[in-house]
Amino acid sequence: MEVPGLFNYWMAIILMMAGLYTVIARGNLVKKLVGLGVFQISVFVLYITMGKIKDGTAPILPAGPVDGVVFSNPLPHVLILTAIVVGIATTALGLALVVRIHEAFGTIEEDDIQDIEENEA
Amino acid sequence: MSAPLEHLPALAVVVPLMTAPVIVALRRPWAAWLLACGVSWASLFFSVLLLLQVLESGPFSYLMGGWAAPWGIEYRVDQLDAFVLAIVSAIASVVSVYSRKSVEAEIDSERHYLFYAMFVLCLCGLLGMAITGDAFNLFVFLEISSLSTYVLVGMGRDRRALTASLRYLILGTVGATFYVIGIGLAYMMTGTLNMADLAQRLPAMAHTSTVRAALAFLVVGIGLKMAAFPLHAWLPNAYTHAPSAAAALLAGTATKVSVYVFLRIVLGVFGATGLLTALPITQVLMVLALAAMFVCSAVAIWQPDLKRALAYSSVAQIGYILLGIAFLSETGLAAGIVHLFNHAVMKSALFLALGAVALRVGSTRIDAIRGIGRKMPLTMAAVLVAGLSLIGVPLTVGFVSKWYLVEAALTGGMWPVAVLILASSLLAVAYVWRIVEAAWMAPPGPELAHIREAPTAMVLSTWVLAGASVWFGLDATQTMGVARLAAQTLLQGVAP
Repeated sequence: MEVPGLFNYWMAIILMMAGLYTVIARGNLVKKLVGLGVFQISVFVLYITMGKIKDGTAPILPAGPVDGVVFSNPLPHVLILTAIVVGIATTALGLALVVRIHEAFGTIEEDDIQDIEENEA
Repeated sequence: MSAPLEHLPALAVVVPLMTAPVIVALRRPWAAWLLACGVSWASLFFSVLLLLQVLESGPFSYLMGGWAAPWGIEYRVDQLDAFVLAIVSAIASVVSVYSRKSVEAEIDSERHYLFYAMFVLCLCGLLGMAITGDAFNLFVFLEISSLSTYVLVGMGRDRRALTASLRYLILGTVGATFYVIGIGLAYMMTGTLNMADLAQRLPAMAHTSTVRAALAFLVVGIGLKMAAFPLHAWLPNAYTHAPSAAAALLAGTATKVSVYVFLRIVLGVFGATGLLTALPITQVLMVLALAAMFVCSAVAIWQPDLKRALAYSSVAQIGYILLGIAFLSETGLAAGIVHLFNHAVMKSALFLALGAVALRVGSTRIDAIRGIGRKMPLTMAAVLVAGLSLIGVPLTVGFVSKWYLVEAALTGGMWPVAVLILASSLLAVAYVWRIVEAAWMAPPGPELAHIREAPTAMVLSTWVLAGASVWFGLDATQTMGVARLAAQTLLQGVAP
C-alpha cells in the first residue's frame, strides 16, 4: 500500500504535540511520563520515516545482481535503536521516582505535592 | 607516540564507563569511594595530557575502532574540548576526595556504592560530551550523564529531592529530545552526523526551512540543558535538594558542558551557514542573558536557603557566559569560555563549603548559620574568598571574566551593556554580603556551641578550589591563553 505524501511526517508532528501537551497539561505524574513517552516515540517515527526510500528494500545484499536494487537507509534505524534504549531507561527511572514519590508524599498529583512542599518550606 | 598515549581520547571516556559496573559489583562503600577517586584523578591525568598535546601540536582526531570519519565515530580534540575536559575532570577529582565524609552523613551506607557508581557514570557522560565529534554520539553521552544526574539528585535526604529529580527528568528529557529532533532534521538535509562534515554541508542547505527548524530545536533543547534563562525552572530545586557532593559536582560541570555543546553545535556546526547573523539569534541571546543576570541575581538575594541562593546565582552566571557568546567576537567568546572555568571553580568551592556546613549544622538556611564564622573559620573564609570572586573583586577569577566581558562590550560599541554588567555585579554584592554578614557579624547562638570545624579532607578540597579562584585571578595568562585559542578556532568556522 502506498502511503500518501507526507502522511508519516504529519503523524510525527501530531504525536509530538500530543505528547508535549500531555507533559505540560496533566497533573498526574504517571500521565506526564506517558506523555513524555509519546513525545519520544514521535521522534522515532520521524527518524525511521526519513530512512525510507521509495521502492527501497531492506539493506541486505541480495543473492542475485545488485544493479538497480534500491536500499533503504539503515542508519536511522540503528540510531533509533539507541534512542529506544535511552527512552526505556528514562521511563523506568521516571516510574521508579514516581513510586518513591508516592511512598514519601502519599500522592502522585502534582498540585497536591506542591501544596505539601509549600507547607514544609 | 607510544601506543597507550595514542588511545588517550578513548581512555578518558572508557575508563570511567567501565569502572561504574565494577563499583556496583564491589558494593563496599570504601572500595567504591576509592575507585571513584582513582578514576576521577585518572581522567584528570588523561585530560591534562590531552590539553598539553593540543597546546603543543594543535587539534587532532581519534577514530573510534579505526573506522574513518564521517562513517565511524570521530573523537575530535581541539583547545575548547581539552579545556572543558580539564575543567570537568578537575572538579570531579576535588569533589571525589571531598565526598567521603559528606556522603557518609547524607546517604544510607548500603546505598553508597550506588552514589559512587552514578558519580563515575556522570563523569563519563560529561567527558564523552566534551570529546566526541559525532552529533548523535553526543546525544548518547548527554543521556548517560543526565540519567545518572537524575539518580544523584534523587538521593538527597529530603523527600523534595524526589520531586526535584522527577522535574529535572521531565524537562531534561524534553530538552534532549529536542536536541535529537534538531540533529535528525540536519541529518535529513545532509546525510551526515559528523560535526565537521555537517559544518561543511549545511551552508548549501541554509536557505531551507528544515535547517532553520533544526537550528531552532537545537537552541531550545540545549538551552533547557544548560538552564539558560527562562528555561532554568528545573535547576534551583535540583541543586538545593541534591546531596552536597552531587550539588558541587553538578554546579561545576553539568551546565558548563551544556554550554560547551551550545558552542560546538550552534557556533561550530551552524556557524558557517550565516544563520546566526541572518536570524536575530545573538540579539535574543543577549537580551535573555542580561535578563538572567538581573532577575536571577535579584531572586538569589531573597532566598532563605543558601544552596538555593547559589543555584539562582548559577543561572545568573550562565547569563554572563551566554552574554560573552552573544558578542560573537574573539574577546567576548574568550571571556565566555574562560568564565566556564572561573565559574566552575568558584561555584563548586561555595557548594563544597555549604556541604561542610550542612554536615556540621544540618542545615544551610541563613537563620541556622548565624555566627558560624567563629566556629568554622576555615570553611567560611573559603566562602568569603569564593564569594568575592563571584562579585568580581580584583585579584580573583571573577574579575578576569568581567574585565574581558566589559572589554568585549566596549569594543563592540555596546557601552550600555558594559554598564549593565557592572550594575548586575552589585546584586551579587548583595547576596554574597548576606552570607558574610550572617556568618561573621552575628555572635554564634547556643545551638552552635558544639559545632567544630569541618573534617580536614573537606576543608582542604574546598580550599583547593577557593585557592584556585585566587591563583588564576592573580595570573590569568594560562586560562585566558587557552580560552583565546579556543575562541579563535571556533570563530574560524563562523561566517561573518
